[in-house]
Amino acid sequence: MHLNSLTCHELVEMIKAQTVTAEEVVEHVFRRISEVEGKINAFISTFNESALDKAREIDEKIRRGESVGLLAGIPVAVKDNICTRGKLTTCGSKMLSNYIPPYNATVIEKIEAAGGIIIGKTNMDEFAMGNSTETSFFGCTRNPWDITRVPGGSSGGSAAALASDETILALGSDTGGSVRCPASFCSVVGLKPTYGLVSRYGLVSYANSLEQIGPMAKDVLDCAMLFTVIAGHDPRDGTSVPRRPCDYTKALNDEIKGVKVGVLKEFFAVGLDERVEKSVLNAVGILEDLGATCDGASISYLEYAVPTYYLIAMSEASSNLARFDGLRYGFTAKCEGDWNEVFSTTRGEGFGGEVKRRVLLGTFALSAGYYDRYYLKALKVRTLIKREFEKALSKFDVLVAPTMPILPFKIGEVIDDPLAMYMMDIDTVPVNLAGVPSISVPCGFVDGLPVGLQVIGGFFDEEMVLKVAYAFQEHTKFNLKKPEI
Amino acid sequence: MATGRDEGLDVKIGLEVHVQLTALKTKLFCGCSANYRGMPPNTLTCPICLGHPGTLPVLNRKAVEHAMMVALALNSSISRQMIFFRKNYFYVDLPKNFQISQYDKAGGVPLSTGGWVEFAVNGEKKKVRIRRIQLEEDPARLTYPGTITTSSYTLVDFNRAGVALLEIVTEPDMETPEEAYFFLQKLRSIVEHLGVSSENMQGSMRCDANISIKGGARVEIKNISSFRDVRRALQYEIIRQKQLLRRGGAAKQETRHWDEDRQITVSLRVKETESDYRYFPEPDLVPVKISEEWISEVASKMPELPDDRRERFTSDYGIPEYDATVLTSNKKIADFFEECCKLYPNPKKVANWIMSDLLRNINETGIDVAEMSITAEQFIDLLKMIDEELISGKIAKRVLREAIRTGRSPRKVVEDEGLLKISDEKMIAKIVDEVFHEFEGAVADAKRDRKAVNFLVGQVMRKTRGRADPEITNKVILSKLEEK
Ligand SMILES: [Zn+2]
Repeated sequence: MHLNSLTCHELVEMIKAQTVTAEEVVEHVFRRISEVEGKINAFISTFNESALDKAREIDEKIRRGESVGLLAGIPVAVKDNICTRGKLTTCGSKMLSNYIPPYNATVIEKIEAAGGIIIGKTNMDEFAMGNSTETSFFGCTRNPWDITRVPGGSSGGSAAALASDETILALGSDTGGSVRCPASFCSVVGLKPTYGLVSRYGLVSYANSLEQIGPMAKDVLDCAMLFTVIAGHDPRDGTSVPRRPCDYTKALNDEIKGVKVGVLKEFFAVGLDERVEKSVLNAVGILEDLGATCDGASISYLEYAVPTYYLIAMSEASSNLARFDGLRYGFTAKCEGDWNEVFSTTRGEGFGGEVKRRVLLGTFALSAGYYDRYYLKALKVRTLIKREFEKALSKFDVLVAPTMPILPFKIGEVIDDPLAMYMMDIDTVPVNLAGVPSISVPCGFVDGLPVGLQVIGGFFDEEMVLKVAYAFQEHTKFNLKKPEI
Repeated sequence: MATGRDEGLDVKIGLEVHVQLTALKTKLFCGCSANYRGMPPNTLTCPICLGHPGTLPVLNRKAVEHAMMVALALNSSISRQMIFFRKNYFYVDLPKNFQISQYDKAGGVPLSTGGWVEFAVNGEKKKVRIRRIQLEEDPARLTYPGTITTSSYTLVDFNRAGVALLEIVTEPDMETPEEAYFFLQKLRSIVEHLGVSSENMQGSMRCDANISIKGGARVEIKNISSFRDVRRALQYEIIRQKQLLRRGGAAKQETRHWDEDRQITVSLRVKETESDYRYFPEPDLVPVKISEEWISEVASKMPELPDDRRERFTSDYGIPEYDATVLTSNKKIADFFEECCKLYPNPKKVANWIMSDLLRNINETGIDVAEMSITAEQFIDLLKMIDEELISGKIAKRVLREAIRTGRSPRKVVEDEGLLKISDEKMIAKIVDEVFHEFEGAVADAKRDRKAVNFLVGQVMRKTRGRADPEITNKVILSKLEEK
């Protein structure tokens, strides 16, 4: 049996019952990594030794009859923009190619406290800026369903690692779709939580006001398990919202009779691949078959969502990334001269093209004379879009839409056309502007390439989002299909 | 004394004062200790105040309360929301290359706006308006081996990075360097009385000044490390700008650096980025509501302020208002005065001795009041020695000077140097005999000339270095003259 191809909920039972050991699970995962990494390139670094040590510790605890957590012995792959103490955290950038954080992100502490085992750090678009994982300093990750195609991004490494059974669970981060896009492209499950529900402490900021760390998994139950572990208030994050702990797995049942589903009309407009449209509408039909009542829903101002998102994200990024000057940590260019020259050269050599583009545009948007015209206006539009979601979600329990308007594209096909690249985020960025939760769940295949269904819920209503996604999954079983690598 | 105003020159001075809130246990946004003085460089740091990727600031609510106390003390009206902005610029002392600060535009509000400080300058009352007060994080401390212009490298100490810092900006209401000096004195006393900064204020309060005189642009002076230097730097600038005027020129808008060693201001290369800090709301800190209740709660915990204390000094101790003003211009002195009054029944005498001798000697020796080692007990002991006629008032002044300079107690100075008054008649008679023997001519004159008597008394004093009791000496001399 290939333990690495199982799910978290299956493995936890087996590990706790001592029918398999955590050590065996971790070994299987690393064996798989060594088999397919040459083709997939999902990881930037792996922690074989420390992971095996941790696994043996868990096994020992179980043997002694001590209590172990919800994720006992389960391998977790972590996006490389989430800080791991003593372990390389590169953000997919040359700038941090040698950076070893002196502290753990809150989510890492929570996962380890629950018995989860961090097996490595996954590839990503540089500083999470991209939706194809092509902008990584460490080379592109390939889509396990077709290795000539991108896995989506920016959490492409995490999604590809799940799809190719190189891990059991994974963490991504979602600023404008970076969890959902690769989940959709790789046929895995990815949740973007309500803003403030998961601590951002230790997530290297790209656009603070938009992003959340999100759980990624092979099915909805696994996703709910990981989410249960990482959600919750953190005093180290001033934007974290105090809420009672919740076991999100409890919400999952097949019963969605009477659930009101709004089908977002504007998300089925120009630019949507017909084959994707067909697949998603088919999914809506299945929800109706399951007893949900589906009706048309509308979000105005959608045409402004992409520019609004990019203005805010780039502005925040220009400031967030200012700290990378080579003085205290990270890459430093070899350069004679004063500090101004050293940090300028360091940034010139350390950042890739897309990062520079966004930092420059963000710097421009915040400049005197442009601030009101761009940044402030973007904040106003953001408020309007948020209200639109609130309005729609007062009528419906969830809203559904395609996750991505297109199928996974060929590596190198779009990378030189940034505007086309940005427009692909049309269906995901509005959710980040609003701050509401959204999940991408596999909803079919077109010519062997995955399609994702996006289920969006009200603020802090992850239970409903997970429940609808779970019911859909249990009746379609797209999650069981595996790629051949 | 003249006001020191340059009539017709239209001098306008504004100050931007930074006060570190070091009485807090921790820095503004992390758990590191805020009291970094005397600590080895870069030992009070953490990933947050070093600006490591992924770290987030968490607001220290106590810092907001301390800031509110200062605002209330300066009659400044507190905003209903605490909103932080990022001030973006690249500099070695900023670990994140932006400073978390506040902003009064683009939807931002400072901690408080308006207000005033009233203080006395050479007996005249002066009121300076406050423009705004804001809370921000202190950058790291930079050290330039040699001087800022010649040093080939810079040392950075991040212990200071992230310490809560209040920026107090005044309106350009001051007309002389003197006024600026006394404004700062008063502000310091207020901050000391509030107890929001560490006991030793040295370096906890930093000041930039701006000055314009008729026809010239506003010139900013940075890097002034003491109040005395604020006065000197402004005096220097007025002379410099007056000379420019006389030559038909005018000051141009620039930032000048106070060179402490050379006691002059020098023009610094103007940073191109200085004009645009690309302020925007700090996304990692949600606005904090400041409720009416919170303000009243803080107000109810406010300690006595210098003005109230001055009133109390005049009514409780019966000392003149001028004395009370001087005594309350420094918290340590005011505390010292009150301690002394507990040990001694004559507040007026205590006040006189503190003002005319203690403070003068402290100023002359150049030590800071905070470092003054003499205790109230020791000081009162000195006054009692005068009362008990163990030493004369004149000797006492000498003893106090010596005590302050050396850190010894006054009694120890008296003992070490054998300064106790000689009141023993036999002993004095012996010395008088010696003097009579030495100055026979004067003794002969003394029978008819009163002046010669004074001369003889003076000779006894010289031989005893002033310790002989003058009355007894006089009596002994007169009786011995009669015997002759
Ligand atoms: Zn710190």
